[in-house]
Amino acid sequence: MTTNILEMRGITKTFPGVKALQDVSLAVERGQIHAICGENGAGKSTLMKVLSGVYAHGSYDGEIVFENETVAFKTINESEATGIVIIHQELALSPYLSIAENIYLGNEQQTNGWIDWNKTNREASKLLARVGLKDNPITKVTDIGVGKQQLVEIAKALSKEVKLLILDEPTAALNDEDSAHLLDLIKHLKGQGITSIMISHKLNEIKAIADKVTIIRDGKTIETLDMQKDEISEERIIKGMVGRDLGSRYPDHTPHIGAEILRVEDWTVYHPLHHDRMVVKKANIHVKAGEIVGIAGLMGAGRTELAMSVFGHSYGAKISGRVFKNGVLVKTNTVTAAIGHGLAYATEDRKHYGLNLIENIQRNISLAALHKLVRNGWVDANREATVAESFRKSMNIKAPSVEAITGKLSGGNQQKVVLSKWMFSDPDVLILDEPTRGIDVGAKYEIYGIINRLADEGKGVIVISSELPELLGICDRIYTLAEGRITADVPRSEATAEYLMHHMTQERDKENR
Amino acid sequence: MTAFKSSLDYLAGQLRQIGLFIALIAIIIFFQVVTSGITLKPINVSNLIVQNSYILILAVGMVMVIIAGHIDLSVGSVVAFVGAMAGVMITQWHIPWWAAIVLCLIVGTLVGMWQGFWIAYFGIPAFIVTLAGMLTFRGLTQIALQNQQISPFPDEFRALGSGFLPDLGGGTSVLEPLTVGLGVLATVLLVAQGVRSRLARKKYDVEDEPLPWFLVKLVFTAGMILLITFLLASYRGTPIVLVVLGILTVGYSAVMSRSVFGRHVYALGGNAHAAALSGVKTKRVTFLLFVNMGVIAALAGLVFTAQLNLANPKAGDGFELDAIAAVFIGGAAVTGGIGTVTGAIIGGLIIGILNNGMSILGVGTEFQQLIKGLVLLGAVAFDVYNKRRSGSR
Repeated sequence: MTTNILEMRGITKTFPGVKALQDVSLAVERGQIHAICGENGAGKSTLMKVLSGVYAHGSYDGEIVFENETVAFKTINESEATGIVIIHQELALSPYLSIAENIYLGNEQQTNGWIDWNKTNREASKLLARVGLKDNPITKVTDIGVGKQQLVEIAKALSKEVKLLILDEPTAALNDEDSAHLLDLIKHLKGQGITSIMISHKLNEIKAIADKVTIIRDGKTIETLDMQKDEISEERIIKGMVGRDLGSRYPDHTPHIGAEILRVEDWTVYHPLHHDRMVVKKANIHVKAGEIVGIAGLMGAGRTELAMSVFGHSYGAKISGRVFKNGVLVKTNTVTAAIGHGLAYATEDRKHYGLNLIENIQRNISLAALHKLVRNGWVDANREATVAESFRKSMNIKAPSVEAITGKLSGGNQQKVVLSKWMFSDPDVLILDEPTRGIDVGAKYEIYGIINRLADEGKGVIVISSELPELLGICDRIYTLAEGRITADVPRSEATAEYLMHHMTQERDKENR
Repeated sequence: MTAFKSSLDYLAGQLRQIGLFIALIAIIIFFQVVTSGITLKPINVSNLIVQNSYILILAVGMVMVIIAGHIDLSVGSVVAFVGAMAGVMITQWHIPWWAAIVLCLIVGTLVGMWQGFWIAYFGIPAFIVTLAGMLTFRGLTQIALQNQQISPFPDEFRALGSGFLPDLGGGTSVLEPLTVGLGVLATVLLVAQGVRSRLARKKYDVEDEPLPWFLVKLVFTAGMILLITFLLASYRGTPIVLVVLGILTVGYSAVMSRSVFGRHVYALGGNAHAAALSGVKTKRVTFLLFVNMGVIAALAGLVFTAQLNLANPKAGDGFELDAIAAVFIGGAAVTGGIGTVTGAIIGGLIIGILNNGMSILGVGTEFQQLIKGLVLLGAVAFDVYNKRRSGSR
């Protein structure tokens, strides 16, 4: 009698031309929290899709034993019926339906063939209580935050009598507060006997709650570490993931800081729909040539809103304030004008705002500066290809050619395409919004190297990030933003995570008082 | 061996384009056989081009609108409206035919600006605006014509729809010399352009299609042009609309593939947010696309009216659907961002040959509709299947 709830043995899954999984084995003990980590493209998600029946039995080799029985799921419904529920990174809730409707979507609570709304809402309330949500179940999902939506997903899983809960990057879109709450909940569910598999990039979270961690690299299981038995450090996990010691997570960099190139004064932005809500409040920031400046703030602090409103008024309403470029007052009220004044903004949301996913690498890279490729009134496609090819090499974009469709690249490589696009536009100031979100450790290191290189070329770089260690690791100076206000401006030498967090939460404390 | 394999890989990637070509050829051969050779008779080829010209013209504008992620349901009504205006201007206001053509194109521009304004700057979906336009311009047509037909038109005007370039052989030669000259010229230009751009790519060290495939394509296209030249030259020569259509196809192909504007259209259709944040003036591009569509619809309206020698309140009914079908058969994506002008032309030709062949065979319109519907569904299903297979990760 084994204590394992799940055993996957010798799983091999091939796609045309690629071996995504090769003889992968995974054993998950009942009632534990089992983390899976590995670089992007290592095969974590593929493994979970095999387990949950997204890839039907027969399309892969190997054996899956769940609760001591060999299972062969043909569809995701079959796996759910046995108690395996997967919550994907991109939440699968329908925004205009209520919480209760979402929880019972596909599993409607019926009496005599008609939906019983009282029962639906009553049962939903009970489930919400279990995940610590106090919201009314008839609230529309679009009206609650991402953090709560994640909890609704878990409530939905609980409604299906889940035995094994699979969470794919559950905290990727959450702020620290919501993340902490979610992790507590997973622990709490463990107390109720629910086993969890958690895919995560965030090593501190794995360290905080996981009992075991299995590391996957290049489609193979590397090792499974017992977090309780040995004192496993984050560096130890990273070593397993990248297959080498990453001397430091941040490349060394000596800044050469010159004159101020961009100054934003008294920048005030209102919400585009609620015109009485101020999102950015009289912010003042500046950046010098060769300087890497960080902006730290919790979710909802107005980081992206500040950046996008400066970049061609791409966000917000009733924008006021002044932008100075090299000491001269300039107008940046259209994206074209902003680009013309040497600004670039690489978005936090690559898929929706950064890339044309159905188009190839070459055409994505050229888009922001097509005019540079025009000869005799026509775009010179050959020069375009040459330019793109040189970026593919210098940025180490892993793709067979510049004709590859960007939608098929991994997150890290997509981010490199976005950065290439803006580097080709040859800006003086780059605003990078969460440049390493959803990117694995190895690619992160490369992105940091690129950021350093840009600064060394004399450009000003503004980095917006939720990860404080990242800001502390690469920035020369850091602003903190809280509730739309700049609350601190500290050089790296004086900054600590505690100091930053204190100023990031300052404004809230004041209001609470 | 490896070269052969890489050629095969390349062809697999081009499956859609090749499929479209093969489908066109297969349909031509099929009808050539079942109509006992009538399909490729010189007179029929000439008629085929002339009778489908306005749909092909509309398809050129429509494919651009669809690549940008929009749609235009109003073109059929705009065709009728412009035809009506041409009739009123020429027969009631006694404006010279050439001035009427210019004024009608301006009317098309205004129609496009009207619809483009609501779509681009006011933010109403194109489906709604052009659905409204479909009703509005049909109504305006009926008002302008007071529900009467207008006929006839002057010969010079009619030439735009059904005329031919002058016969330089004086009607005595077996092959009309001007057509032969134009056909040979087009072939030479095509080959020269193909070789030139291939050499340029080599110079820039850009990856290129495999040489055998390049040669097959070149010989094949050149052969097609020469065949059509031969057929036209042995009838009455070059239809004037073919010249118009040729200029539109070559011109807009270049615009879409090689101009900044064309690239912006693809970027807009592929991801509007990303395009806007990359400095593409998305509203202006959308506006200009609809202005362009208006002008092209006006041109189609002139050609159609000239061909029928009649301005009719019911003219152009359902043209928008034929044009849209041509675009989708030609490989454009419903979600925008994908499509080509030549694809739309081939799609339009496939529909045209189906119509023509089935008419020769005496197939009733009910079956013609049925078959066209299934062809459209099949073409798009093939696309979707292809996409799913290649993106099955």
